[in-house]
Amino acid sequence: MEKFLWAFIVGGLICVIGQLLMDGLKLTPAHTTCTLVVVGAILGGLGLYDRLVDFAGAGASVPISSFGNQLVQGALQEAKRTGIIGVLTGIFEITSAGISSAIIFGFLASLIFKPKG
Amino acid sequence: MSNKKRKKLTPTQQEYQDFASAREPKRPIFKNCLKAFLVGGIICTIGQGLIWFFMTYFDFNEKTAGSPTSSVLIFLSVLFTGLGFYDHIAQWAGAGTAIPVTGFANTIASAAIEHRSEGFVLGVGGNMFKIAGPVIVYGVFSAFVVAIIKVTIEMLGGM
Repeated sequence: MEKFLWAFIVGGLICVIGQLLMDGLKLTPAHTTCTLVVVGAILGGLGLYDRLVDFAGAGASVPISSFGNQLVQGALQEAKRTGIIGVLTGIFEITSAGISSAIIFGFLASLIFKPKG
Repeated sequence: MSNKKRKKLTPTQQEYQDFASAREPKRPIFKNCLKAFLVGGIICTIGQGLIWFFMTYFDFNEKTAGSPTSSVLIFLSVLFTGLGFYDHIAQWAGAGTAIPVTGFANTIASAAIEHRSEGFVLGVGGNMFKIAGPVIVYGVFSAFVVAIIKVTIEMLGGM
C-alpha cells in the first residue's frame, strides 16, 4: 500500500519538474519530454533510475523519463549477452511493448475516430 | 528573446518586443505545478494499481509487469484521445498529462487522427510520429551513447 503513496508523490514530482521546464524556461512540451528522456537515459546509465523504480514503482516507470532508462537497460542487458553489437539489437527490447502498442492503437484510432473541432 | 537576437532588431522592433512581453499573460506557475502534481500523481497511481493487478492475477513480477501496464495506459490514453476527452484534461493539467507515457500515446493518436484526411499512407502513416518522433530520436541516441560508454568502461575492466 505504501508503494501507491510513493508512486503518487514521485510521479507527481516528475510532472512538476516537467511543468517547471515548460513554464520557467518556456520550453515546448516536445523539448520538455526530450529533456526528460535524455536525463532518464543518463540516470539509467549511472544505475540510479532503477533504484528510483524499486522505490516508487509506477511513479518512476510511467513518466516518459523511464523510456530513456529502459532504452539503456535493454541495450546493456543485450550487450552483456552478445557483446557490443547487443547495444544495437537490444535498445528497443524493453520499450517494444510501449512503442508497438502506441503505433497499433494509434492506427486503429485513426480508422475509427474522426478529428474533432 | 535572447540578447543576440535582440541586437539585430531596429529600435522600433525592440520597443515592440518590450511592449509585447509586458502584456504577455503571466503564467501562474504555482497553480500549474499543483495541477501537474495532482494529475501526474493520479496517472502514476493508476499505473501502480495496474502493476499490482498484473502481479496478483497474472504471472508477472515487478520487472515484467511494466510492459502490460504501459500498454493498458497507452490504450486508455488513445481511447480518450479519440473520444475527445484527453484534450480537455490535458489543457487543465499541463505537464501532468504530457510527461507520463499517456502523453506520448496522445501525441501519436492525435497526429494520426488529425491527418487522416490526407490519406492513410502519407497522412496517417507519415504524420503519426510528427510530435512523438523527437522523443524516440533523442531517447535512442542518448541511450546509445550512454550504453556504449558503459560497455567500454566494463570492457576496460572498470566499475
